[in-house]
Amino acid sequence: MSRSSPESDASLGRGEENGHVAETDAIDERISRLGIPFNEYGIDPYGISKTYLRWGMRLLHPLYRSYFKVETYGIEHVPPRGRAMLVGNHSGGFALDAAMVLAAMFFSMDPPRLAQGMADKFIYRLPVASLWASRMGQMTGLPEHCVRLLEDERLLLVFPEGARGTAKLYGDRYTLVTFGTGFLRQALQTKTPIIPFGFLGGGEALPTIANSYTLGKILGLPYVPITPYGLPFPLPTRMQIRFGAPLSFEGTGSEEDAVLGAWVAEVKTRIASLIEEGRA
Amino acid sequence: MRVLLVGVSTAIGRLLVLELSRAGHEVLGIDRRGWVDAPVPVFELDVRTRAAEDVFRRTRPEVVVHLGTVASLVMPGEERYRINLGGTRAVFDHGRAYGARHVVFVGRHTYYGASHDSPLYHTEDDPPMALSTFPELADLVAADLYACTALWRSPDLATTVARVCYTLGPSGQGTLGTFLKGAFVPTLLGYDPLFQFMHERDVARAIALAIERRLRGVFNVVGPPPLPLSILIRETGRRAIALPELVYALALGRFGLPKLQKGALGHIRYPVIVDGSAFRMATAFAYELDEATAMRDFREAFPPPRRKE
Repeated sequence: MSRSSPESDASLGRGEENGHVAETDAIDERISRLGIPFNEYGIDPYGISKTYLRWGMRLLHPLYRSYFKVETYGIEHVPPRGRAMLVGNHSGGFALDAAMVLAAMFFSMDPPRLAQGMADKFIYRLPVASLWASRMGQMTGLPEHCVRLLEDERLLLVFPEGARGTAKLYGDRYTLVTFGTGFLRQALQTKTPIIPFGFLGGGEALPTIANSYTLGKILGLPYVPITPYGLPFPLPTRMQIRFGAPLSFEGTGSEEDAVLGAWVAEVKTRIASLIEEGRA
Repeated sequence: MRVLLVGVSTAIGRLLVLELSRAGHEVLGIDRRGWVDAPVPVFELDVRTRAAEDVFRRTRPEVVVHLGTVASLVMPGEERYRINLGGTRAVFDHGRAYGARHVVFVGRHTYYGASHDSPLYHTEDDPPMALSTFPELADLVAADLYACTALWRSPDLATTVARVCYTLGPSGQGTLGTFLKGAFVPTLLGYDPLFQFMHERDVARAIALAIERRLRGVFNVVGPPPLPLSILIRETGRRAIALPELVYALALGRFGLPKLQKGALGHIRYPVIVDGSAFRMATAFAYELDEATAMRDFREAFPPPRRKE
């Protein structure tokens, strides 16, 4: 399994005289190589915006490269083009993990890819958050979206633990909670390879000691993570994303839950072993 | 073919007259508003009246196109219900009674409603969530569903239910054109939904194509891919006024801003986008006028009011 770290990512032209300009140009160049059919206004049919991607990636780049120092292993398992489903564990009290996978696909793959996350519905009720999520290609986690994007040869990002996964406390940071089965149905239906990944470090970045569901209700969120220092502000810890070899299953997606359950367990076991490899 | 257009005085109706006449069809029209200097016979009638029935009886159209539903939310609800439901029923009843072989009902894509948890692209199988998200549109949804019942109630009659996305063009008519008329367009702070619209001339072409193919079934009709509302406002020369939701309801209908119903807020918060692939497959329809042309034509017909230097 090959390792790549953000420090080794020279594609953004750091070290040049005018690093900021070079970095912006490199982000623009990467956006142009995503293979997304933007129209003359820089918008794709799903509402992804070149402008938002540019700003979003400029924000994610220092987080990915310097603040969290994310290391990726086995990124070669992600196909450079065509439909694929990244399936992994949640790590950390909110979607830091998704943001870092998004950054890894954009900054550490060549050609770059845009991972389109299947996000929780509550995000799309919130002003600003819903706007940024949709302009960055992140869509509500609905089977219809999943199937449509895969049939459009996009790269999907799925966390089958859902909001239960982000609610894990610090002591449970390397465990996995129950997986939903929907992702596997859609993978079977669209004959899409599943790329398992283990994400490590989110629990350390945001050491959750409790979740406030009352505060969450007031703010329109499922919960608010509480840390030893109070605020859910992520600490600058190292993170790892370990991608495994693609998993493919033969089926139609209309199998009984018992059949699917065994395959889902196989995916879950593979993710658990990737997490253990990272801890070793 | 002899084609009767109900609601012929609408912008789409007028364009459809030209489209069908060019194709060699004999076109007639009915509209409550009349049409001065119309190039075809137009009967200034309400389709629910006996006189309108007499037009069906005398002219015996082979195809009837219903463009006469009313979307204006300014009209009292009870009156709208009567026009939209009674009018739709009259179109189908008279059409069937007097020998029509094809009825085209022109509905709206807002049938599907705007919601944070609905699919971005609605297919024709999706339920009419507008009933819960925008109850003021219930009569339009009911008219659409009533038209759909003709598919099984009258199997000998070819029925097309066309759910057309927003239209834009030089007429300035339609929900979107009306929304964009003023110099300032109110938006909700923190939201910028995708809007799906097509040039009004392409709408007329699409309906003409449905007639040519004697299309049977329910179809979404769309043009170019959608654009964010902010770009739509900018490209039509307007200025967006982003208001927090609490302020929004108080400001509507004042300070030159358009008056909107409460349910309409959902449409500037969440997108209503439809998948038009079934119609494209059935008719080989392809839009000819892109989004830039639709916005430019609207802007040229309704230039933004000049700002003080």
